[in-house]
Amino acid sequence: MEQLFAWLSDALADNTVFNFNTLTFYGRGLVNTVQLVFLSLVIGLVLAVPLSIARGSKHKWIKLPIFFYTYVFRGTPLLVQLYMIYYGVVFIDGIQDTWLWYFLKEPFYPALAAFTLNTAAYTTEIFHGAIKATAKGEIEAARAYGMSHRLMMRRIIIPSAFRRALPAYGNEVIFMLHASAIASVVTIMDLTGAARFVYARYYAPFDAFLFVAAIYLCLTFAILYLFRYLEKRLLAHLRPVS
Amino acid sequence: MADTPLPLEVRNLTKRFGDNEVLKGLSLQAHQGDVISMIGASGSGKSTFLRCMNLLEQPNEGELIVHGESVRFKETRHGREPADWQQVVRMRAKLSMVFQSFNLWAHMTLLENVIEAPIHVLKQPRKEAIEQGRALLDRVGLLERADYYPAQMSGGQQQRGAIARALAMDPEVMLFDEPTSALDPELVGDVLKVMRDLAKEGRTMIVVTHEMAFAKDVSSQVIYLHQGLVEEAGPPAEVLGNPSSERLKQFLAPKH
Repeated sequence: MEQLFAWLSDALADNTVFNFNTLTFYGRGLVNTVQLVFLSLVIGLVLAVPLSIARGSKHKWIKLPIFFYTYVFRGTPLLVQLYMIYYGVVFIDGIQDTWLWYFLKEPFYPALAAFTLNTAAYTTEIFHGAIKATAKGEIEAARAYGMSHRLMMRRIIIPSAFRRALPAYGNEVIFMLHASAIASVVTIMDLTGAARFVYARYYAPFDAFLFVAAIYLCLTFAILYLFRYLEKRLLAHLRPVS
Repeated sequence: MADTPLPLEVRNLTKRFGDNEVLKGLSLQAHQGDVISMIGASGSGKSTFLRCMNLLEQPNEGELIVHGESVRFKETRHGREPADWQQVVRMRAKLSMVFQSFNLWAHMTLLENVIEAPIHVLKQPRKEAIEQGRALLDRVGLLERADYYPAQMSGGQQQRGAIARALAMDPEVMLFDEPTSALDPELVGDVLKVMRDLAKEGRTMIVVTHEMAFAKDVSSQVIYLHQGLVEEAGPPAEVLGNPSSERLKQFLAPKH
């Protein structure tokens, strides 16, 4: 223990990298990353719920466009999608005269749009898979007990499917957190952006990036913990009696 | 008495899967308090017939009359379909089904399973439904399992729970689709006992079964199906005690 303290104070003795200034940078990066990831996940989730239901529709004019959307967004790199939205929309005629431009000229909103569309596509497929995997017998029982299609969706299929989807969705949330690192390439000062700045300023790659890696690890831990808690509550029906 | 409509009547029902005609014009009348056992080899169409009764399968022809109300059909591009799904929903609520593989809703506790349809389909007040649900679970001997999930119970318990769920609808007719076929032999007895009690209290039941002892002791009528046709029907003493058709004799003969 004393050795550890000795090593730590030794290491920090000639510390110039982590001062008030750089820590403020990291702090702002943390806020930006959390905002970006949280907002895109929430909006993506809200979009994915109806999309995943419609994705299983019988009508091909409903299900095919949604499949096309998820296929495109899952089939291309997020970075490319971000570039297209961030650099591309400027060239749409007249966009600069609309109210949209107020948002799109900031890098934050194009990044938010790209992340949201990307996570919504993945989440749609996760939920669609879970809905499809609903036990046929349970659906049959719902029909046999006089439930309409709507009621069955609301009371049987969705609650059971979303519970099943929880572990896979937890993964998607962690992926999203880590994918958000590419926001830094369109000049957003997120966590990775802050680390790049510190690295460039002090030419101290290990200090700058190890520190930010530790922050990502902490965030991941928090997400894991949240999903463990949710699974414990919502997947109680899959556990044997203790 | 003659004026009370029959709980369930089926007239000349046929069902085809592609070119394969599995039901070739079956009729059935269930009077109040009847227990009708349907027996037959696998592939004889008995389960399909039962599933046509609450339209889990769409019959191609024939008439279905639930408590005096005839189900209306219409012809569509995909074949015959019920004309009015509202009517189907209403009629299904009067016929509750017990499945071979129980089909309890896995994400709900046993009590939640029992009160689900009464609350959301019959619009029963929640408090009343819970009270009734607990009473029914008590009846099938599962009150202490009310807060368990289906996966935490044995097959026999799940099936008795499923019967409580069916009873909660206070159905006109209960349809049983091989309710003991998926159970371990030592669990069959409990389920059959519950079913015997139901028969005794005058529930109208239609039971697809391989349990000959049950068919013999409990039913008011036994129907033997063979290749989509009624081969023999009548009181159990006649059909099972003194079968006239050669096939039924063979079917009933001890297999070893």
